Amino acid sequence: MTDVIHSNPVGDSEPSGASPSGSGTTVDTRAGGLPDRFDNPGLPEHRPRMADIDVAAARRAERQVAICFALSAVGSIVTIVGYFLVRLAEPTAAELRTSNTLIGLGLFLTLFGIGVGAVHWAKTLMPDHEQIELRHAVESTPEVKADAADIVTVGIDESGIRRRPLILASLGGALAIAPLPAILLLKDTGPNPGNSLRTSLWEEGVRLVRDPDKTPILASDIEVGSIVHILPEGLVVGGEFSYLEEKAKAAAIVLRLEVEEVAEAARPDSYSGLVAYSKVCTHMGCSVALYEQSTQTLLCPCHQSSFDVLDNCRVTFGPADRPLPQLPIGVDADGYLVATGGLKGTPGPSFWELG
Amino acid sequence: MTTTAAAPRAGAPQTTIDKLADFADSRLGAAQIIKGSARKIFPDHWSFMLGEVALYSFVILLLSGVFLTFFYVPSATLIEYDGVYEPLRGQYISEAYASTVDLSWGVRGGLLMRQIHHWAALIFVAATIVHMARVFFTGAFRKPRELNWVIGVLLALLAVFEGFAGYSLPDDLLSGTGLRIASAIILAIPIIGSYMSFWVFGGEFPGEAFIPRLYTIHVLLLPAIMLALIAGHLFLVVLHKHTQYPGPGRTNQNVVGYPLLPVYAAKAGGFFFIVFGVIAFMAATIQINPIWLFGGYDPSPISAGSQPDWYMGFLDGSVRMTPGLLEWSIGGYTLSNNILIPALVLPGLLTGVLVAYPWIEQWATGDRGEHHLLDRPRNAPTRTGLGVMGLVFYGILWANGGNDVIATHLALSINDITNATRVALFVVPPIAFIVTKRICLGLQRRDRERVLHGKETGEVFRLDNGEVLERHAPLSAEERWLLVQHDGYTPIEAGPAVDANGVRRPGTALQGVRRRLSNFYFGDSVLPVTPAELAAAHAVHQGHEAIEATDDVQHNRPAITSDH
Amino acid sequence: MITVMRARRHRLALPLLLLASLLGAGLLYAAMTPLATATAEQPVTAVADPTDAEQVAYGRELFLANCSTCHGFDAEGGSTETGSEKVSGPSLIGVGAASVDFQVGTGRMPLQATGPQAPVKQPQYDDVEVKAMAAFIASLAPGPAIPSEFLDPAAGDVGEGAEVFRTNCAMCHNFAGSGGALTQGKYAPSLRDVEPVHVYEAMLTGPQAMPVFGDNNVSPEQKQNIVAYLDYMETESAPGGLSLGLLGPVSEGLVGWIVGIGGLVACAVWLGAKAT
Repeated sequence: MTDVIHSNPVGDSEPSGASPSGSGTTVDTRAGGLPDRFDNPGLPEHRPRMADIDVAAARRAERQVAICFALSAVGSIVTIVGYFLVRLAEPTAAELRTSNTLIGLGLFLTLFGIGVGAVHWAKTLMPDHEQIELRHAVESTPEVKADAADIVTVGIDESGIRRRPLILASLGGALAIAPLPAILLLKDTGPNPGNSLRTSLWEEGVRLVRDPDKTPILASDIEVGSIVHILPEGLVVGGEFSYLEEKAKAAAIVLRLEVEEVAEAARPDSYSGLVAYSKVCTHMGCSVALYEQSTQTLLCPCHQSSFDVLDNCRVTFGPADRPLPQLPIGVDADGYLVATGGLKGTPGPSFWELG
Repeated sequence: MTTTAAAPRAGAPQTTIDKLADFADSRLGAAQIIKGSARKIFPDHWSFMLGEVALYSFVILLLSGVFLTFFYVPSATLIEYDGVYEPLRGQYISEAYASTVDLSWGVRGGLLMRQIHHWAALIFVAATIVHMARVFFTGAFRKPRELNWVIGVLLALLAVFEGFAGYSLPDDLLSGTGLRIASAIILAIPIIGSYMSFWVFGGEFPGEAFIPRLYTIHVLLLPAIMLALIAGHLFLVVLHKHTQYPGPGRTNQNVVGYPLLPVYAAKAGGFFFIVFGVIAFMAATIQINPIWLFGGYDPSPISAGSQPDWYMGFLDGSVRMTPGLLEWSIGGYTLSNNILIPALVLPGLLTGVLVAYPWIEQWATGDRGEHHLLDRPRNAPTRTGLGVMGLVFYGILWANGGNDVIATHLALSINDITNATRVALFVVPPIAFIVTKRICLGLQRRDRERVLHGKETGEVFRLDNGEVLERHAPLSAEERWLLVQHDGYTPIEAGPAVDANGVRRPGTALQGVRRRLSNFYFGDSVLPVTPAELAAAHAVHQGHEAIEATDDVQHNRPAITSDH
Repeated sequence: MITVMRARRHRLALPLLLLASLLGAGLLYAAMTPLATATAEQPVTAVADPTDAEQVAYGRELFLANCSTCHGFDAEGGSTETGSEKVSGPSLIGVGAASVDFQVGTGRMPLQATGPQAPVKQPQYDDVEVKAMAAFIASLAPGPAIPSEFLDPAAGDVGEGAEVFRTNCAMCHNFAGSGGALTQGKYAPSLRDVEPVHVYEAMLTGPQAMPVFGDNNVSPEQKQNIVAYLDYMETESAPGGLSLGLLGPVSEGLVGWIVGIGGLVACAVWLGAKAT
């Protein structure tokens, strides 16, 4: 056990079990009749405050406290005035700011005045003689412990649980399965995922439209070095598809590269230098929307996964693992960009069944 | 008890106050309660107010939160906005977002209450952490307060969840992005992840079910649990009585301070108003979370610097620094370690270590005694070192959570910061441990030095033989006590591995671990000065000490300065 | 010396020393960091006109004297070596007058030092000179001209501007145009105090890492709405008090700790200190 060389302040009565020393020896460093540790010198002498000895100082403190409380009342009036002064019917930012500042600073004064006044009062005018209270061990005496143990024993005996094992076993079994219905009841909080984490609205023939104005896109609209944020056509608020849920999987981008820059693997699904990718991060689903055209990098602002556009959106940095799925594109009879198939992979974050 | 009420006290109640008091006492036993508690003693120290900052912020959160519920609509249904904030009109946004914008712009004091609520939330979690650090570094978690420490850790954890829930309710672009990340963390849970995500969100993310559910959790479930835990936390503080710092007159068996009535009632009560006042001042003058600028949640747009509130920052940082190659595809299933480790395993481990720490230390020290006197952090060098190590570890994660803001403001690269923190996370905390421990040991040696040789006076004098010395003044008993009052520990001694009969003793391996742990804690401990040591030091330096102790030296040998 | 030794024992000595060293470190850092200065007011007076022979000739003169080191004598790009550093300038054929007006008019060009990207600084040339160089570059090959309409913030729709801004700009420049980090030390600059014409030109030409937002994808009206939204941000963005740079939760957390916890700890220290 640990040797505690200095156990406790000399002269203190030791409550049971309160000694830090274990079963080890206490090293006796007594020499020349000296105690093995210093004595606690006891509370230092009380030093009177200005207000204790000087009537004028006490008066001054009293006035200061009263001023604090008076300022608090002023604060309440400022709040009330501020409340009525600015009406917030279609407010400008300046009006809202005035209202917020007046009401807020008034409230600050109201509260802070009371607080500072009360504390100042306690510090300067209430007695500051330190007082001593003795602690008592929380632990019960052996008699009380024995009594408590007896009570519990009697209770258990009277219940008969020891003599009737069938009751104990059946109760244990019942309690063990009781949580199951409770968990089951939570199952209807939502449907099963089915295949919906893998699918999106993108399929052959779906037009690409701009986000947020939902206009179709001509291939010639997109210059080299530009990026267009796209959605599948038909995804509108109140439409046949649930808007935000489908948008969370279908949000995508189209970029134009020089034709020869397009990665070999991406070429069949590109259209004369135009390539489209899901912009839902394969890490945690944020929008990978930061396009650096000088380095052909797509960056996610949440956790900074970086994707190389020239390498079919392979991950080059950060916590994502899978590349952004490519969206195969072409043009329809009117010259507008359309998807020529579904996304070439699962958009968004990974999950167990993804494989 | 009841019979006393019927019996008239010394004369029947006369004044209204007497009648009221009698009413309360005869029904609640109020007199007994007041007699037992009104003069309870509380020690006075500024660091004991940190927990109160947390408690009062929580009360302020309840008050301002109730105001917000009067105007907030917990619904994710998309509506065409037609409220008071002109730039958003005509856009499709959720009712939750619309009502939050409207309560900010169209309700007098609404913006103020939102800002009070948000600042109070940031301060609540911050004060909880600072309070925890105070408890840790002073050893206030030791017996008999281990369980209260555990309650505190749980409260800190719940505070983070509660904060995140509140941050998410306005359903703006920033908080919706946060929920998107939360849904991805749920999805990453092996085997049941996708099912859990669908249950939590009532289908596909974001869905319309989650905001109302989160609302119930934020305003009812979590606050109720926290309130119960806080009640338990405070009950245990009263039961154990508050710890106190060591000092003259303070012992392990007493508590020295001021009585609840009137001093502490005024101080603690006044401090509530001070905390509320400071938060109101911040809300009046500093804008926080201007959700009307973010726009409603939409999975397509995103803002640079999409960050969580500060208390989730360390998780954001840990996720940012985890490389993607940890995502494994095994036998047709995906194990997203790149999410699981930084977002679930790491905070789980941190919480586990915090909960277990009081018992780990107890096991290493073999100290089963009650401790009501706080440690000065230097007198527990290993614990202080471990604490600083933990804070540095946390700080590195936290810093990486803001790497984009750091990068733009210090002209650095996010890639460099992330790579640097990946290395620093494993290298810097151990260094911090060693440095902190060395500093503590150094401070302890300086304390010994001061006890043995007195305090430097800054006055220099020259002996007849030309030797120049600095005058040292002996410490007063009060000054000395602070430096010698603590217990000195030495490592647990190794017992023999085999007993007298040459048979291997059971449990030796575990004891070996324990011995090494104890050695880790106390192998190089510096013990406090004993009276005998002080006497010996005086004997050795007698001539020297005599010079210092006598006043006439001062007159005979005028102090010289090195300026001459 | 005695006073010095006494002073170092004063109880405020350590905090003051810390404060002084922090201040010193801050000043040192400030001295070592090149100051980014805001662009000066630049009224659009002279219009770059590639058919104005005199203006083109003046622009060519300026170009040869100041830009050709990096961009080559015929503006087809080039490189120059100064010591170990190799500086290469891209071809300017077809970048248009808008690009020159943006790069030179905001002080990004001429480049002062190599780095991840060219920072904004005090413009080196006056408006006449910038327009002359723009006219010269425009005379080499057709490219985006300096815009002259759809630049009035007052004529734009703030709400629609905000919506387009959030989808196309906020991911790099942040929700309020405060700027943000890109990879490898590059960054999207703050859009505050940027002339509408420069905002418009940046969208047209896609300078540095920024992609191009041509008029076919973000219409001139939408660009004007964006300009209106940015103008609104400068005047109307902080009804709640200090804006903290509109950087999001990071600056809020910092203030929560320093002002909130710092202020409350100060109050607690006062509360716990004995009255004199």
